[in-house]
Amino acid sequence: MQAELISKDGTQEYFVNMGPQHPSTHGVLRLVLTLDGEIIKRVEPHIGYVHRSIEKMAEFDTYKQIIHLTDRMDYLSAHMNNEAVALLVENALEIEVSDRVKVIRTIMSELTRLASHQLWWGVMGMDMGAITTFLYAFRDREMINDIMEETTGARLTMNYNTPGGVMFDLHPNFQKQVKEFIKIFKTKLPEYDELLSGNIIFTERTKGIGKLSLADAISFGVTGPSGRASGFACDVRKTNPYSAYDRVNFTEILLVEGDAYARYKARIFEMWESISIIDQLIDNIPEGVIMAPMKAIVKLPKGEFYQRVETARGELGVFVVSDGNKTPYRVKFRSPGFSNLSVLDHISRGHKIADLVAIMSTLDLVIPDIDR
Amino acid sequence: MNAIYDFSILTGGIHERLSGLMSPTAVMITEMVIIGTLLIVFVALMGLVLVLAERKVAAFFQLRLGPNRVGPWGSLQTLADFLKLLTKELITTKSADKFLYNLAPFIVMLTPFLALGVIPFAPGLQIMDMNIGVFFITAVSSMGVLGILIGGWASNNKYSLIGGMRSAAMVVSYELSVTLAIMTMVIMTESLSLSEIIASQSDGWWIIKGHIPALIAFLLYLTASTAETNRGPFDLAEAESELTAGFHTEYGGIKFAFFFLSEFVNMLVVASIATILFFGGWMPFHLPFEWAVGFNHIMDFIPGIVWGFGKVTFVIFLMMWFRWTFPRLRIDQILNLEWKYLLPMNLVNFLLMALIALSGFYL
Repeated sequence: MQAELISKDGTQEYFVNMGPQHPSTHGVLRLVLTLDGEIIKRVEPHIGYVHRSIEKMAEFDTYKQIIHLTDRMDYLSAHMNNEAVALLVENALEIEVSDRVKVIRTIMSELTRLASHQLWWGVMGMDMGAITTFLYAFRDREMINDIMEETTGARLTMNYNTPGGVMFDLHPNFQKQVKEFIKIFKTKLPEYDELLSGNIIFTERTKGIGKLSLADAISFGVTGPSGRASGFACDVRKTNPYSAYDRVNFTEILLVEGDAYARYKARIFEMWESISIIDQLIDNIPEGVIMAPMKAIVKLPKGEFYQRVETARGELGVFVVSDGNKTPYRVKFRSPGFSNLSVLDHISRGHKIADLVAIMSTLDLVIPDIDR
Repeated sequence: MNAIYDFSILTGGIHERLSGLMSPTAVMITEMVIIGTLLIVFVALMGLVLVLAERKVAAFFQLRLGPNRVGPWGSLQTLADFLKLLTKELITTKSADKFLYNLAPFIVMLTPFLALGVIPFAPGLQIMDMNIGVFFITAVSSMGVLGILIGGWASNNKYSLIGGMRSAAMVVSYELSVTLAIMTMVIMTESLSLSEIIASQSDGWWIIKGHIPALIAFLLYLTASTAETNRGPFDLAEAESELTAGFHTEYGGIKFAFFFLSEFVNMLVVASIATILFFGGWMPFHLPFEWAVGFNHIMDFIPGIVWGFGKVTFVIFLMMWFRWTFPRLRIDQILNLEWKYLLPMNLVNFLLMALIALSGFYL
């Protein structure tokens, strides 16, 4: 082992443990780096430090209870995770939810996406050494959290969705608050561009770094903004529209470069699209019931069910095998973080340690989503 | 310049008083002790003030309030932090090279002390007026990297080693630009003594008198000296998002405080040099015109110590502004910036300045 590491000129490769405690793995991800000086030879992600066996736990919970577990996977897209399970149960039982619920879910999803992207933007800046962006992002994200708190009672893990509808009706202030937020955030988003996108140090650090080709994006299953930055048209909101996504106009952001800067840009553009989606829906929330009549304990018919949604990080798939009981026989989550992490080694070889941080940041990894 | 603001009256008085009491040797030893104590107090005070200033500046850039619990306006927060660091257990990691590990913080702390010895902050407020002051400062300030390198090596931690190596590569490169920018100004001042450099600016600061090359030299000096002090956007020796804490990952307690404090004192040193070379040190703002005599006279009434520290504060604020705005550069980009852009620019600027000096085309 040692002998093969020593190269011809007498230098030696060495290992560095990046994580489980490290400022820029954003959680308890452990990366075993093989380095030659500053150059990365191999990245080996070791995962499982926050494994809570959510899939196994789900086998002992009723379908309504499973929703509360999904909050804790990708906590930044808690609403979308909930929605995936809710949609799966509704589709399996062939329950039609009201238009009001569909629109509410869509608006909430986009708000969550905005909050998630805001946090990512702040953390991205911090990873690159510009700590100020973090505080700017949190200033704007706070407004979304307040909106969430007013309607759902929680700021991060909302548990707002339930099979058949949503838990509570919207707060009377909701429309006013969202409109105000959109109005303010439209002026703040160009500020984001000024601070990072237009900064020469930032562009030099990200352009051409961590290039992911379209073929690799497809074969590794990289979805979400990371995949779309390589030109992979994988937006579930477009390909399999759910909730109210079929009645709004929005563009699927597709870029061709596939480098860290493209992934960064894809998310910035996506924030504009989210704003546009909310803009289209916020004035036309139809009246209607917020919950279809449901039994306290639902039993899914025997069979296999699959539902996918677009979270802030990519495609989340929920696969449920039901044997007709009140609890599922087997649950499998196809989490976007896991697939996106798998490409890390492939795209960061030959780059420097500082680039690895930039690449990881643009993949937007949430560790509990990877480990589940 | 008003004579009442001259500190040499005070220091000369003390010297005469002491000479009347004891033998010349005893006077020298007493003065050394007094100066040494004052210097330590000065550095400690400046450290406390600068750390607080940095935290407040950072806070206002980041929509925060900064420290505001300990003391009025958080003014005692750094003191509280310092006391906390003092009371912490001194840890030497098991596999570290014990001697070098413990030596490194002292080397890092020593160099700014040496440099401060020749810097005049106000008329007469200078420990030693060396006739090769500029050369001395350039020489001692390049020793600081030794402490960082030793600290990174002796910690026996890979993160520390990478941090130390990065710092060495960077500081050695940027030293060239710093020295060349200083030398560009020395062409104008025609002296290496810091007090004479200040005296040469009594009718106007070099940044005004020195035309465009002086301005370019100032910008080059500011960039290169920020890199030399290992501050953002050139802080990749510590780069907390990559190397956790870089070269001082394994240091804790007061040893860490030494590294931390040295960064701020170094900043004070480089800001002072920038002030002396480009903004006339403690020299008041004078316009080199006939009609401005009245204006110049009014400026003389502001004490030199206010001018000196005011300008140093301005330069330090600029450096803090950089740090809290820009993302960090990558190691190869930093070295490219120096060797491909700053150094050639410096050389051309140096030549330009020499031409201006030869033609006598300055005020």
